[in-house]
Amino acid sequence: MARALITLPRTAKRGEVIEIRTLIAHPMETGYRPGEDGRVLPRDIIRRFSCHYDDGGIDELVFSADLFPAVAANPLISFCTVATASGTLRFTWEGDNGFSQTERMAISVT
Amino acid sequence: MRRRVEAIVFAALIQALPATAASPTPDARRSGFDFMTPQVQAMQRDDALNPAMLWVKDGEALWNTEAGSSKRSCAGCHGAAPSSMRGVAARYPAFDEPSGRAVDLRQRINLCRVNRQRADALPFESRDLLSLESFVAIQSRGLLVTPSGDARLQPALERGAAWFRRRIGQLDFSCAQCHDEHSGQRLGGSVIPQAHPTGYPLYRLEWQGLGSLQRRLRNCMTGVRAEPFPYGAPELVELELYLMQRAAGMPLEVPAVRP
Repeated sequence: MARALITLPRTAKRGEVIEIRTLIAHPMETGYRPGEDGRVLPRDIIRRFSCHYDDGGIDELVFSADLFPAVAANPLISFCTVATASGTLRFTWEGDNGFSQTERMAISVT
Repeated sequence: MRRRVEAIVFAALIQALPATAASPTPDARRSGFDFMTPQVQAMQRDDALNPAMLWVKDGEALWNTEAGSSKRSCAGCHGAAPSSMRGVAARYPAFDEPSGRAVDLRQRINLCRVNRQRADALPFESRDLLSLESFVAIQSRGLLVTPSGDARLQPALERGAAWFRRRIGQLDFSCAQCHDEHSGQRLGGSVIPQAHPTGYPLYRLEWQGLGSLQRRLRNCMTGVRAEPFPYGAPELVELELYLMQRAAGMPLEVPAVRP
């Protein structure tokens, strides 16, 4: 399990735009660099990030991004969404070598 | 290609060296933070943007994890780090009685691991050691660098000062020639900072990861085409000791971000 840090407000007003920031520990090896033995290191990147907002009703995809080798290590992804109702935000990172990680954060909307 | 450009710039610098140049006065001291772009400064200011926090969180987990045959964690002896480790990073390197020499923070962590926890020492620059060091160091964030002033460190401190001024490598440069006499000017595309180690271990964008002060020192030595001292060498600790003395009174900004 990679270390992930997610920053978002614990509480928000209904209809408020909230900013969410996610950081995850990942080497994002490009697949173009030679290693110490001169051989090209195999690519190892996160290919997709998505965030689902489950507000009790539907489990809606509110943000997603495709990542490419040009993205730096330990990618920071920052985005905004509208706080609709109390619920859970589910963050998923998927990538090479079967990398898959899911984190959940609760938000309370008044 | 980059090396060649650096060599040309170094050569140009040699010719530009003034006959006399003084160290920055205490008032003129500035952290490397001041020389960075606003974007990188913003990364360091906000923990939600600072990738070094990934290591700090790992360090917090390790602090509470039992290790070695003693079955004790760091917290088992030292308790809560925010109180017990506050100010520790601000006074290291310190004098180690049993070995009779200066040890830096990561060597102290490893001494604790080997002698108290009865565990294997963590390799230099390993993720675990950097994580533990950054977790201990962040407890001193905002505190001023306060060297211990231990008289037994005096010889090591003087040797460190001598290393700082000693010309080394094929380019025949000392630390002082760049960081005292030409700080604030440019080397290639980058500003030369004053070399105050107030943010280590820090996240360097060039490294794409966290690194120690010794890694940075070895980087500079390779840059002037000298053979770098191995990790943990007494010479590197002496340099660290001198640099911390030189930065005395400046606030710690661990874990910093640098370009």
